[in-house]
Amino acid sequence: MLVEISGLNISFPTPHGMHAAVRDVSMTLGTEKLGIVGESGSGKSLTARALLRLLPPAAVTRADTLRFDGIDVLSASEKQMGMIRGRRAGLILQDPKYSLNPIMTAGDQIAEAWRNRRKGSRRQAKEAAIDLLAQVQIRDPRRVADSYPHELSGGMGQRVMIAMMLAPDPELLIADEPTSALDASVQAEILKLMEDLVSRRNMGLMLISHDLPLVGHFCDRVAVMYAGRVVEELAAGELGQARHPYTRALLDCMPSLTHPRPRLPVMARDPAWLT
Amino acid sequence: MSHTRRDMIIVDDLRVRFGSHDAVRGVSFRVPEGSSFGIVGESGSGKSTVMRALAGLNDLWDGYLEIAGMPLGRGKPPDFFRRVQMVFQDPYGSLHPRQTVDRALSEPLLVQGIGDIDRRIRQVLADVALPAAARFRYPHQLSGGQRQRVAIARALISEPSVLLLDEPTSALDVSVQAEILNLLADLREERKLTYLMVSHNLAVVAHLCPWVGVMSNGEMVEILSAEDLRAGRTRNPQTTRLRELSAELG
Ligand SMILES: Nc1ncnc2c1ncn2[C@@H]1O[C@H](COP(=O)(O)OP(=O)(O)OP(=O)(O)O)[C@@H](O)[C@H]1O
Ligand SMILES: Nc1ncnc2c1ncn2[C@@H]1O[C@H](COP(=O)(O)OP(=O)(O)OP(=O)(O)O)[C@@H](O)[C@H]1O
Ligand SMILES: [Mg+2]
Ligand SMILES: [Mg+2]
Repeated sequence: MLVEISGLNISFPTPHGMHAAVRDVSMTLGTEKLGIVGESGSGKSLTARALLRLLPPAAVTRADTLRFDGIDVLSASEKQMGMIRGRRAGLILQDPKYSLNPIMTAGDQIAEAWRNRRKGSRRQAKEAAIDLLAQVQIRDPRRVADSYPHELSGGMGQRVMIAMMLAPDPELLIADEPTSALDASVQAEILKLMEDLVSRRNMGLMLISHDLPLVGHFCDRVAVMYAGRVVEELAAGELGQARHPYTRALLDCMPSLTHPRPRLPVMARDPAWLT
Repeated sequence: MSHTRRDMIIVDDLRVRFGSHDAVRGVSFRVPEGSSFGIVGESGSGKSTVMRALAGLNDLWDGYLEIAGMPLGRGKPPDFFRRVQMVFQDPYGSLHPRQTVDRALSEPLLVQGIGDIDRRIRQVLADVALPAAARFRYPHQLSGGQRQRVAIARALISEPSVLLLDEPTSALDVSVQAEILNLLADLREERKLTYLMVSHNLAVVAHLCPWVGVMSNGEMVEILSAEDLRAGRTRNPQTTRLRELSAELG
């Protein structure tokens, strides 16, 4: 199993005691596409970061199991984690433009990521970077390769980050809202690219997204998070028939292009969902 | 479009160039007071660049821009930055890393000499569905969607008359998105706010905006009504493709 998580708890000290942000989360991931959906603030990004030990210093983490490819993440040395991050496992962060290095061109950052795990000259790395930019549907990859992050549009920044994480050919890709700023046609191409890596190169994909139709169509399984817990896990194709009242209410809040409603329903949150 | 209301936003033949790259190549549209206009289109087509020019954040443009009867030029009218607020595509970049949410929200009120700060902050946090506990946190202590809601709250707290919204709900789950869209619709009703909204989600744009402009490669290739977009009465192949892909998923 590529990823094994069980009994994961993450909390933060506050003036009023510990705030539990992730509560008793368990999930596993093999060579497949696992979608994570759920409430804003429910602990999706923290769960993803915990797996690569990239939590803020204030976070207190406990887990029964937290393993990447059999390696115990909580007890691994910094050197071991360094071998995993950016090489064997990539994390596409939710705020890509602020995760990129502001004083390095997009092309240089992708080339550096490429050289992390492959042998090749600087020239080859640069060419590989331009090729990756083309693969993520950048129209003019050479101009974008020479641009600094502040010169990129939101969706371009997102794609530079994707290219950077795919460059070392990772075994696991954790993608936190990777296509939230992309139009439908570019989004479809990027998903095709990821699908290809999963099916042909045995990559595991953890896809965090608010886009329920996307997750339903694209992933194999879906975990639904609410207030720090996984409240439901189901086959992606069955998302439309979800049972948990939170998931059902979520599906009902989506605006539809073809079936407009003057006002969107809002969710009545039931305290019983917290337990 | 109605001719009885005055145009709150006028964009006429806007051009923006970065070095040798033409990012916006002659874009024109108008938004009547109390109405909303949506911009959709491929990534990199110039949507945010149009918004930033209107927000007065980039002076390197050509053409004619007017907001609330004030032509935009080198100098901005004194109350410009209060009346025109923008919610940025990257909430992280628009929030000061060393400022708590409380500071970020009280500062615009202090600058403008508006009182009743505590009540206003509590109200706006509730409006954007943020827990009260978020008030004394720093941006890095919030989730992505919580940061985006802080950015929306900050734009709303100065009670602007024009809101420029760049992908305002991209990091929100659909239940919070529904609350924000309802809030924006209510404010438009109560305060006659005018919105310009960029989103890649056609259902979101059509929900809030009666008119939609489609951008491709620096140009606005089509302006159509939300009804025509819903019904698939599109003329430009770019629009047709975007709509087909969205309808497929939604
Ligand atoms: N450094 C921190 N200090 C205190 N609380 C934090 C910190 N980082 C995150 N949190 C809190 O932990 C909770 C979970 O955050 P997380 O970023 O995992 O949410 P999320 O599910 O990814 O939400 P979103 O969909 O909005 O991105 C949130 O309530 C957030 O405010
Ligand atoms: N400061 C800048 N310097 C150089 N080029 C820039 C700058 N800002 C934007 N650009 C370029 O202008 C073009 C339009 O960018 P813009 O941010 O307006 O796109 P967008 O339509 O908002 O895209 P997205 O949907 O991805 O956010 C892009 O090709 C971008 O690289
Ligand atoms: Mg998140
Ligand atoms: Mg943009």
